[in-house]
Amino acid sequence: MILTNTTNYFAQFVSYMSEHMGLGGQILAYVVIAALYLAFFAVAGLLLVYIERRVAAFFQLRLGPNRVGPWGLLQTIADALKLVSKEIFGTNRKDNLLYHTAYYLVIVASLVALSVIPFGKGIQAYDLNIGIFFISAISSVGVLSIIFGGWGSNNKYSLIGGMRSGLQMISYELSSGLAILTIILMAGTLRMSGIVEAQQGTWFIIKGHIPALIAFIIFVIAGTAESNRTPFDLPEGEAELGAGYHSEYSGMGFAYFFLAEFINMFIISAVAVTLFFGGWLAPFHLTDSLAWQPLWGVIWFFLKVSVMIFFMMWFRWTFPRLRIDQLLTLEWKYLLPIGLLNIILMAVVVYFNLLVRF
Amino acid sequence: MSYIGDIIGGVKTLLTGMKITGGYFFPSVIGRKYTITRQYPEEPAIVMDRFKGEVVMWHNENNEHRCTGCQACEIACPNGSIEIIWDRVLNEETGKKVKKIDKHIYHLSMCTMCNLCIQACPTNAIMWSTNFHNSTYDRSQLTKVLNKPGSKLMSGVEE
Repeated sequence: MILTNTTNYFAQFVSYMSEHMGLGGQILAYVVIAALYLAFFAVAGLLLVYIERRVAAFFQLRLGPNRVGPWGLLQTIADALKLVSKEIFGTNRKDNLLYHTAYYLVIVASLVALSVIPFGKGIQAYDLNIGIFFISAISSVGVLSIIFGGWGSNNKYSLIGGMRSGLQMISYELSSGLAILTIILMAGTLRMSGIVEAQQGTWFIIKGHIPALIAFIIFVIAGTAESNRTPFDLPEGEAELGAGYHSEYSGMGFAYFFLAEFINMFIISAVAVTLFFGGWLAPFHLTDSLAWQPLWGVIWFFLKVSVMIFFMMWFRWTFPRLRIDQLLTLEWKYLLPIGLLNIILMAVVVYFNLLVRF
Repeated sequence: MSYIGDIIGGVKTLLTGMKITGGYFFPSVIGRKYTITRQYPEEPAIVMDRFKGEVVMWHNENNEHRCTGCQACEIACPNGSIEIIWDRVLNEETGKKVKKIDKHIYHLSMCTMCNLCIQACPTNAIMWSTNFHNSTYDRSQLTKVLNKPGSKLMSGVEE
């Protein structure tokens, strides 16, 4: 473990425990942190499902779940309890290893990616020096599980869904990678906390003006595609594939896929906020003079992320789904060339120091 | 330069779409302006006049109905939802024996709401009710006697 940042609260906790209780304490500290993350994001995932359903309902002039608990807040918990109690029942000739690996892999990939995201100053499980690169890599592991699920189910629709997901991921990883690189040119570091610190004066979306804005749009499109959400939900494709890669899953197997989809949406939003909107930094230094700085950072971070998530939900209930050829045209003919030109533009902007500074 | 034009046009149409959906979303959240869902048990349900809930027999205030016991509805019913138990009684005034219904039995559990009985009725004795609260804990409660106890034929219907 390379824990260099001394202001990291999680790292401080680990070193404190290892000083007082030795190796056992260190392991205990890691387990506590992992359990904290698991508990928090299980609840956050359920909350996101609830929010998605409520937002969808308001877009469609309905009310959405509003009966179980206050404002229907406990609806998704009731759904999750139902799914826990169900049997995981697959097809007869499924590939047992791949079928059962898939749903563990998808949730593990999502949760591992969360570990490098800074939620506030020093509130980050693992301040990796290549954090953003790590997220990019781990999100590719997530798609592996979707292909596993599609192949292992031994169902032609699942297989088509899995293959489409692989195709989509390979295509759109490029664009999101280029968008990230454009910002890295400005930040000069791959460390997530470093990227946030570099925006202390001005957020990158303002500092980098035109190329940053283009990169942001490309990143949002590619991120939506990577998290398999409408208008890029070809892997699921309710109309033509049943439920796509998770057709043959039930119970917690299905719940993990479902939860991972929402956690992925959170990750994409969190990365977008970290790269473009200053992560946990307060806008216009509003709360910089107040007490409880880390808490304010967390509040601002989650506010920004929820705005991003709302926009992704807005996209979902506005745009029609793309056909597979349209999907590939959008990536290879539009996003990728524009992304490549944009990275050159950003290099020019950074080299001649044309950045906006306040 | 249709390439750039395509991009600008595409962005424009996407923004137009988002404007329309957003125009429904935000008023719905703030004031529930457009929300059409009714909270049914708390708010009364809106039932259309022509909704076919169940077959009922109309009675006036003197507990008189218009059913002559002609059995046209029983014959018209495709699945035997209607059974009429009838009798012939002597009419004192004319001295003739006339048909009189004893029980007009209606099996709601079998009825498909096909409307054939109501079309067949020559005297408009039976009609649709918009009542839809039909669930019961016991199937036998769905077998209903449509004529009220002690009711008799309205005068002037049989001419």
